[in-house]
Amino acid sequence: MEALLAVDNLHIHFNTYAGRVFAVNGMSFQLSHQEIFGLVGESGCGKSVTGLGILRMVPPPGEITSGRILFHNKDLLQSSEDEMQAIRGRRITMIFQDPSTTLNPLFTCGNQIIRLIRVHTSASAKEAYKRAIEMFESVALPQPQRIMKSYPHELSGGMQQRVMIAMAIAPGAELLIADEPSTALDVTIQSQILSLLSNLRSEKNISILLITHNLGVVAEICDRVAVAYAGRIVEMGATEEILFEMMHPYTQGLLAAIPTSAQRGKPLTSIQGSVPDGLEQLNGCPFYERCLHALLICQTEMPELTQIGNESHFVACHLYPPKRK
Amino acid sequence: MDQKPILELRDLSKYFISNRGLFTRTEKKVRAIDHINLTIHHQEAIGIVGESGCGKTTLARVILKLTPSTSGQIIFEGEDIVLLSSRELHSRRRNMQIVFQNPYSSFDPRFSILRAISEPLIRNTTLRGKDLIQRAQELLDQVDMPGEILYRYPHEFSGGQLQRIAIARALAPTPKFIVLDEPTSALDVSIQAQILNLLKSLQNNLKLTYLFISHDLSVIQYICDRVAVMYLGKIVEYSTTETIFNGGALHPYTKALMFSIPIMDMKLRQKRIILTGNVPDPANPPSGCSFHPRCPFAKEICTHEGPELRVISGGHLVACHLVISPSW
Repeated sequence: MEALLAVDNLHIHFNTYAGRVFAVNGMSFQLSHQEIFGLVGESGCGKSVTGLGILRMVPPPGEITSGRILFHNKDLLQSSEDEMQAIRGRRITMIFQDPSTTLNPLFTCGNQIIRLIRVHTSASAKEAYKRAIEMFESVALPQPQRIMKSYPHELSGGMQQRVMIAMAIAPGAELLIADEPSTALDVTIQSQILSLLSNLRSEKNISILLITHNLGVVAEICDRVAVAYAGRIVEMGATEEILFEMMHPYTQGLLAAIPTSAQRGKPLTSIQGSVPDGLEQLNGCPFYERCLHALLICQTEMPELTQIGNESHFVACHLYPPKRK
Repeated sequence: MDQKPILELRDLSKYFISNRGLFTRTEKKVRAIDHINLTIHHQEAIGIVGESGCGKTTLARVILKLTPSTSGQIIFEGEDIVLLSSRELHSRRRNMQIVFQNPYSSFDPRFSILRAISEPLIRNTTLRGKDLIQRAQELLDQVDMPGEILYRYPHEFSGGQLQRIAIARALAPTPKFIVLDEPTSALDVSIQAQILNLLKSLQNNLKLTYLFISHDLSVIQYICDRVAVMYLGKIVEYSTTETIFNGGALHPYTKALMFSIPIMDMKLRQKRIILTGNVPDPANPPSGCSFHPRCPFAKEICTHEGPELRVISGGHLVACHLVISPSW
C-alpha cells in the first residue's frame, strides 16, 4: 500500500549557545492511509520536534538540516511556503498537549472555528457555521450551539480538547498529528478522547500520528508503534510486537519500568542513568551507556534499523544481527 | 490494628467561600473536602486517588495545616493539631513533611542545594558548621546523590535528580510522616521507577509513613497498602490495595477509574465502563450522590439521597446505595 506520509532520514538540529543540539538524527518511518501510528519516547527523544518538523514549524534556532518528508509522494521540504500554507492546517493538522494554551482566550470557540473554516475553504459565513456545528457534533460535544458562543475558559479541559480536534478535522484533514493529546487530562477523560480519535479514523478517513510518552495510550489505539531514543527510532513494529515481543533493551527497560501489581514488594526495574543531552554527535549506539547488554561494537558503530523476525518488526540493535538471505 | 494510629482525621472539612460579585450577598461554598474520616497507622502507605478537582491536594495541605481547615479534627500522634498555635505547631512540623509534584517550583532558584537542605536542619536541629554540611551530605547519600552537588543550584539538575534532592530535604528533620503529592507525575517512566524504588527503600529503612497522592493508579498500586478513592471532596471507597486492584472494587466510580487506565492487556478491555461527562463543578454539586449524573447504574434514590460511607466487610468502606452490606 502506498504510504500517505514517509519521513526519510530526517535530521533536525538546534544551534544554541551551548553548542549544536542534535535533536532528531535520522528519523525514518512511514504512515499508511487510515493508520494510527504511535511515536513513543521519553522527554527529549525528539518526538515532538519530529511532529513539528513534518509541518515545517520547527521554532528557531532549530532547523531541518537534511532528510525528506514525502506527503502523497511530494517532498514537503522542497515545497514553497505557499504550497505549505495550503497543506498546513488543512490537509495536515496538529493538536497539542494543553488545549487551554492553544485556543485563543479572547474569542469564542465558534468564532475561532468559523474563521479557520473560511480561511481554508470557500465557504460562506452561513455554510461555515453549519459546518462548525457538524464538526462539534462529530466530536460528541454536547449542545454545539452553546459551545459556539462559549469562550475557551468556560469549557473543561476535555471539552477544550474536543474543540481542538473539531478544528483540526474541520477543513477536511487527511493526517492529524496529535502531540500528547490526552496527557493533560484525567484518566476518565483520556479514555473518552482516545475512543473519539479511533472513531474519527474510521468515520472521517483520517490517519493519525500519535506522539506520546505513555505506552498504555499506545496499546489502546495504535496499529503500529515506533520507539524513539535520542532522536532515532530504536524499534518499530505492530503494537502487539512492541508490547509483547519487544527486542531492543531500551523498549524492554521502558516496559519493565511501568509499575504493575505483579511487582508489588519487589523493586521496580529502572533504567540507570539519564537520556544523553544531544550536544555531541555519537558514533556508537546512543543507548550504549545505559544498556545492560552492551557489546564492544555498540560503542563505536551505530546500529541500523533492520528487519528482524516478522515482516513489520524493525530493531536498531547490535544484539540482533540482520538475517542473512 | 491494635497499634496506635499516627494520624487520624475526624470529620475533616474544608470549604472555600466564594462571593459572587460585589453587591450580591449570596455566598457560595465550594466543598473541597467534605467530612473526611481516615486513619493512618505507623509505617503504612495510604494512597489517595481521584481526578483533578476532587480535593486530594487540598486534603494534603489541610493535614499539614498549610491551609486552615473549616471543621473537624486532625489527630497527629494522639494530639489534635487543629487547635495548636503556630509556635506549638513548629515543633510538631518536624515530624510531618511534604514532597510536591514539580521539583522546579519547590526550590528557590537562588538557593544552593546546601542552603535548601540546611534550612530545615538549622530550624529543627542544633547542627552548625561542619556538622551541618556533613549531615546534608548524609541526606544526599540516602537519596543516592553525590555529596559534592551541595554547592550547585537547582537549574543544573534534571527533574528526577531534583526530586531526589526534594526528598532529601523532606527527610532533613527526620520526619515520621511524609505527604507525597504526585511526586512522580512530572517524570518519565524510567525515572519514575527509580524514584518509586527509592521511596520504597526509604520507607523500610527509616520506618516512614506515607500519604501518597496520585492520579496514576499503577503507581498507587505499586507503593500503597491501602487506597482511598475520592470524588468531589468525599471518600467514596476505602480498602486495601489488594481488594481494590484485584477486582474487589465495589463503587461504580472506582470501577470506571480502574478501567480507564490505558491497559496493555487487550483481553481485559471489553469489560470496561467509559464514563461520560466531566467532574461536576464543586461549587454546584449535584443533589444526592454526587456521582449519579455520570453513574451508569444510578437509581432513583441516588438523585436525592447522598450515600454514607459504610463498612462492607473488615476494612472495606464504600459510599454507594447499590452496594448493600452483607450484615445490613
